Amino acid sequence: MTIGKMLLAALCMLSPALLTGQSGRGVDPADLRKPLKDSWPTYSGDYTGKRYSALDQINQSTVKHLTLAWMTQVTPGNRQGSRGFGRPPIIVGGEGPGDINVGGGTIKASALEVDGVLYFTMPDNAWAVDARDGSELWHYFWKTKGGTHIGNRGLGMWHQTLFMETPDDYLVALDAQTGKERWHKGIADLSQGYFSTPAPVVVGNHVLVGTGDDIDAPGFVQSFDPETGDVQWKFFTVPMKKGDPGMDSWGSVDAARHGGGQAWVPGVYDPETNLYIFSTGNPTPAFTTGTRGTGDNLFTCAVVAVNVDTGKMAWYYSTSPHDMHDYDSAQTPVLVDAMFNGKMRKLLLTAARNGYYFTLDRVTGEHLVSTKYGVYTNWAKGLNEKGAPIYDPEKNATVAGSLVSPTSDGTTNWEPASYSPDTGLLYVAQHNDYSIFYLLDVDPRGSMGLGGKEEAQVGSGGSFLTAIDYTNGKIAWERPYYGDGGGGGLLTTAGKLLFAGDGAGNLVAHDVANGKPLWHTRIGDVSNAPQTFMLDGHQYLIAATGDTLWSFLLY
Amino acid sequence: MQAENFLVAAVLAGLTIAVPPRAVSQGSTPAATTPAPATPAPAAQVAPGTGGRRFGGFVPGQHRPPGDPVQIAHGKALFAVNCVSCHGVDLRGGDLGGPNLLRSHVSLSDQNGELILPIIQGSRQDEGMPAIPIDPQDGLAVAAYIRSVVETIGSQGRPPSLGKEAPSILVGDASTGQAYFTAKCGSCHSATGDLQGIAARITDPKILQTNWVAGGGRRRRMPAPGAASPRTATVSVTLASGEKVEGRLIRIDDFLVTVGLADGAVRTFRRDEDVPKVEVHDPMKAHRDLMAVYTDKDIHDVTAYLVTLK
Repeated sequence: MTIGKMLLAALCMLSPALLTGQSGRGVDPADLRKPLKDSWPTYSGDYTGKRYSALDQINQSTVKHLTLAWMTQVTPGNRQGSRGFGRPPIIVGGEGPGDINVGGGTIKASALEVDGVLYFTMPDNAWAVDARDGSELWHYFWKTKGGTHIGNRGLGMWHQTLFMETPDDYLVALDAQTGKERWHKGIADLSQGYFSTPAPVVVGNHVLVGTGDDIDAPGFVQSFDPETGDVQWKFFTVPMKKGDPGMDSWGSVDAARHGGGQAWVPGVYDPETNLYIFSTGNPTPAFTTGTRGTGDNLFTCAVVAVNVDTGKMAWYYSTSPHDMHDYDSAQTPVLVDAMFNGKMRKLLLTAARNGYYFTLDRVTGEHLVSTKYGVYTNWAKGLNEKGAPIYDPEKNATVAGSLVSPTSDGTTNWEPASYSPDTGLLYVAQHNDYSIFYLLDVDPRGSMGLGGKEEAQVGSGGSFLTAIDYTNGKIAWERPYYGDGGGGGLLTTAGKLLFAGDGAGNLVAHDVANGKPLWHTRIGDVSNAPQTFMLDGHQYLIAATGDTLWSFLLY
Repeated sequence: MQAENFLVAAVLAGLTIAVPPRAVSQGSTPAATTPAPATPAPAAQVAPGTGGRRFGGFVPGQHRPPGDPVQIAHGKALFAVNCVSCHGVDLRGGDLGGPNLLRSHVSLSDQNGELILPIIQGSRQDEGMPAIPIDPQDGLAVAAYIRSVVETIGSQGRPPSLGKEAPSILVGDASTGQAYFTAKCGSCHSATGDLQGIAARITDPKILQTNWVAGGGRRRRMPAPGAASPRTATVSVTLASGEKVEGRLIRIDDFLVTVGLADGAVRTFRRDEDVPKVEVHDPMKAHRDLMAVYTDKDIHDVTAYLVTLK
């Protein structure tokens, strides 16, 4: 080894950032149109939401050789002292006082893998780690002003800029190489109860940002300019004034303007129609009709498609009209081109929190299939003329108590589903828990937010890894979970594997054809969706458990 | 709302009214349950007008500057005279149809009256809000009072006043419930046996109902090592050698099963599909299976019967 090489090696050991990250070109928006393969450049891996990787080095034959490459435990917050030797300094931003600690220290985010670097988040925190050895390259900490710190779904990336939403409603742009802040902009007013959790989705020169709120506030999606942070458009998910589309589904303008419909999970994008398609949360007040009226309360609990350049709605489909149980339809939809009734169709698949599965035409929003996939789902009395469930007023929260499945946590929740073109099946974790919903607030004006009820969970009819046939909505197979399986979400690959946590402390590789476990490792309860990428000709598998990121590899 | 909120919000607020995380399911252990409290939990942990940082409100951790108690009291008196008929005593809307002020974006965002005062002075007359003839200082006092009530909104937007007290949950018919109990529950339970005096032990009908549907209350003692309670799942593991190991089911998944033996020892076995043979006996399965069978009327009737067992 020459002295120069030794020096270089020493430098690299001291500062991994010098070795990696510097040479990358980041994410060109055109990259995001490619099917998911070597890298993981956006929340769902690609725009389709399939979470299906074309990688097949790890497959049914080789998966048993998967080996731990590294694990990295991260420390959220601004605790420099206990961080040990060799970690880079924390980069601090934010407008809060710096001493508000409201929790949220679990990795629920999908990591981005770009140029050999992994980027991921917890609320108020973003990290870059070296994808080859897990060493921390930088850590950005945002001093919060408060807000609900329930989770953060990850980052969006545009060239060398990363975008993160914060619980106190800012969009923060970071330099991917250094972690230094480029700018931050307000998304919503914290005082109105908004809190922001989604991973921003980058489409062209748009950064698409949703937010959340539990009190009676209108939901919206905004498009930001990736360079300047200026707002390009803002789309409200509920009617805001007389004459707005959907107003006749509400009891009054005031009710609609306080109607909820938060867009709190990332959506998907269809380049051919230029539509950003996302789903919305519950109407408010959630458990009482009050001033909401008797209508469908549009566009809450719905799949909504908006033109990316204009922010104008192209179509919607209401998956839970007039929801009464906080069954947010906030699941990332899945876009599939596949045969339907003998024709190739551009489809959208979604297994909703309310226990119903839907196949839609994603160009027009036309309803094609709906089925009940939650085996004990009991809150609806059939389907309406558009194929959406009709809520049964008998199963609303009542003073004497009403026994309902699923609970307000839903048959599934934010955890992303996965679709494999190899099987034509949509995979989703199905939970069949029961709650008794007691109405506390009998005020005819309705309650507020998620208040006015008491929910007592009383047991479970079981959880299942579930494979749904999109052509008819029927369950192709289901495999019982011993724990609360699929908790962080699912991944399928061209290696004919389905990866998920089993809720009993294992990360499991299943056979996509029947769910049979082919490999597992006991790393604890998986808290995000497993992901995969290719580096140096080797396929990696990563998953998080709480504050720890695990990386597995075929050597 | 976002899923995990329940627990986070409840912990932040120090509340007892929370849904537990999803119960362990799939035939292994009895489902977890949290009995409902007899009365609604307090809406928020602050008194009106105290300001400061809150961890249990609907904006956890947010700092709001404390209000002036004298100004707030003055504003409250003015509100009662000028505003109550439209906006209600509890600010959630009154008899004359004024909107709920506690979810109003104006009230929520107002810092020092800068948003509320112009409306009091008549900026929204075209939307039906009349100009109120009070001087600006009085208008600012009303704004301070509104902000002080906004501070007491509970987690996830729960109104500070829950309105009228909810009526009794007892709507069922006791004799119908007794017949149902005899038919469906009698093989395991008896009014003169295990459930004798149940209504004296659990005096709140709502807690009683939640507990019996769930198949047991919160204060479930951990059985002593080797001892089994009537709710304990047991398991028998038949090894390839023919040896059969039986005991308390401690945990099970697709790959391992752990058995607590009568002598207090614990043994874990590897599972490879059907080897060894594992049979779980869960006495609580019947309770779970019944959940798909009960109507709400059945539940209310049985509760009406059980409350008579004093």
